[in-house]
This record gives sequence, structure tokens and C-alpha cells, in this order.
Amino acid sequence: MSALWVGMIVISLVCGLLTGNGEAVGAAAVSGAAQGVELCLSMAGLLCLWTGVMEVMRRCGLADKLSRLLRPLLHRLFPGVAGDKEVMDAVSANISANLLGLGNAATPLGLEASRLMARRSPGVASDSLCMFVVCNTASIQLIPTTVAGLRSAAGCTTPFDILPAVWLASTLSILTGVTAVKVFSRLWPPSEERRRLLSPAVGKAR
Amino acid sequence: MTLALNLLMPVMLAGISLYAMCKRVDVYDGIIHGAAEGLGVIYRIAPPLIALMTAIAMLRASGALELAAQALAPVLSALGIPAETVGLLLVRPISGSAALGVGADIIKTYGPNSQVGRVAAVMLGSTETTFYTVAVYFGAAGIKKTRYAIPAALCADFVGFCAAALAVRIFF
Repeated sequence: MSALWVGMIVISLVCGLLTGNGEAVGAAAVSGAAQGVELCLSMAGLLCLWTGVMEVMRRCGLADKLSRLLRPLLHRLFPGVAGDKEVMDAVSANISANLLGLGNAATPLGLEASRLMARRSPGVASDSLCMFVVCNTASIQLIPTTVAGLRSAAGCTTPFDILPAVWLASTLSILTGVTAVKVFSRLWPPSEERRRLLSPAVGKAR
Repeated sequence: MTLALNLLMPVMLAGISLYAMCKRVDVYDGIIHGAAEGLGVIYRIAPPLIALMTAIAMLRASGALELAAQALAPVLSALGIPAETVGLLLVRPISGSAALGVGADIIKTYGPNSQVGRVAAVMLGSTETTFYTVAVYFGAAGIKKTRYAIPAALCADFVGFCAAALAVRIFF
């Protein structure tokens, strides 16, 4: 993170001087911080309202319901751990929390699931764990509230009109991730000694 | 279509509230507690955004973003991605708050209803902070050999970016 920050500052200073935009860079260095605060304040309303709605959804058991609905699909995605109820509970709770945008709930559940999966092959990512992490690096949030907050902060009156586009892009992205995991798991088998460790998981996955 | 999407939010508000009431859940209390949690999120992202918005404002003013966009324009246009989103492509997998800052800058500069502004918003909504997630999840599980997880996740991000541009062309 520090490298990113230093890089951005130095590049803008050097580039500003070279392109003759030095003065504008100076002005931006002074006004940028206030923009950060304004952005936070202007998106806070919509964001907080929807975290409120999500909390209600969680309290009335919609997240649990969704997690039960997802169970059959997840069994097919994670054949290596499908028999382990403890792992599958954590996985489906994590995925349904992600779908509903309950980030605060999703992360601890996800960490628990990956810890449980790693018990079978300490130190080496099993195919199931890779699949799980890739599912979490793709965004599957049904209602992207932060982005909507960002758009409404910029004065957009219909911040949710991008939803169909977001759903399409997310679907294509996650399908690619899942396919990539399936393909790579064949191209990139664990080394001999690790294959022994992973053998129960790999055996079922193939 | 637009009307349906505009009504989606009020309909969801009403539907979820009624459902929760039938389930004897204290709806108002839930909203208030959730909103307080949301304020916590804002509180946590404010400091990085103050730092990063300064850097992004400087980058924008220096002309570096336009230079990068020009340099990568041939590649990006072949993929159907607007070159103006180049900053977002570069930081999205690395830092969530930097991506939020860059996205906000693009949406403000080009307008939320412009083609570029929409593509940036869809990109933000359909991808995640890949490296952060990989680090946290594998870190918690004590995994050193991550095998193909990062390449597979980056494939998903790459398709997500292209698909975001494609989806905006289809729907708008």
C-alpha cells in the first residue's frame, strides 16, 4: 500500500512538472483530501440505509434460507469437501452473506471455512480451497450498494440502473473464475509429496 | 425497464420490511443497527480515502492518467474497454479503497450517466480486491503454496472488466 501511495505521489509530481501541469498538481494536493471527506459524506446515507436493510434481511432469516437454497450447487462446486458438513455450513453461509452484501458477516465465515479446508492439507491450497478463494475474489453481491452510493454522490438520480449490467458482468466473471479453477487444477497438479497429502480431496474432485 | 429498476429499491424496502414484520422481527431496530454498522464502514474507509483521493487528484491534475490511457488505448479498445478507465483497471485487484477513490474520480470527471462513468461503476460492482482477499484467506488458513489461485482469480477479473464494458454497451 505504501508503495502504491508513494508511486502515485511521485509520478504525479514528476509527470506534472514534465507536462507543465505543475500548478494544477499543487492545487490538487491541497484540495484532494477534502474530496475524500466529501465522498464519504455524500455516499454515507445510501450506504447506511442499505446496510440497515441487509441487517433486517439477516435477522429475518433470509440469509439462512438463501444458504440452504445454495447447498446443492455448492456441493457440485466443492466436491472435495462436500461430505464435510462443518465446512459446507461455513461455505454456504459465506457465499450467501456475499450475495446479500453482508461483508462484515461474510469475512469471518470465509476465514473459518478456509481454515477448516486447510486442515486436510496443511500449507498447500487444495482444489476446493482454491475454488473457494476464487469465488470470494469475484464479486457476487446482488445489490452493489457502495457503487450505488458512489453514483448518487455524483448526482445520479437512478444509481441502480446499472444493476442488469453488473449482474451480467459478475456472472461472466465468476463463470470464468470457476472454469479457470477447473482447468488449472488439471494443468497444475500438486507436486508428488503434496499429492499424497491431498489425495482424498483430489480423488473425489476428479 | 428503467421504471422497474427505479421501483426495485422501494419495492425491496417494502417487501423486506413486510416479510420481517410477519417473521416478528423488529424492522426499525434492525435498520437502525445496520445503519450504525454502515457508519462504521464509512468511518473505516474515510482515512484511506482522504489519503488516496489526494494522490488521485494529483495524478489526474498531472496528466499522468491521460498519458497512461493514451499508451494503453490500442490494447484496451481492442478489448472494448474505454481507455479512461485505465486507472481503475490497474488498482482494482490491489486495493479496494484506492479503486473506490479512482472510481469516484472517474464517475465525477465523466459523469455518472456517461458511458465511461457507467463502465467504471459496473467494473467496481462486478469485481473484488483480488490480492487482498487471497492474502487474507490463505493467511488465515496458513497456506504458503497458493498454486493456481491467483492466476485463476485474475482471469476472472480480466473477464469481469471486459464484460463490464460489454454489458454497458448492451444495456445502454
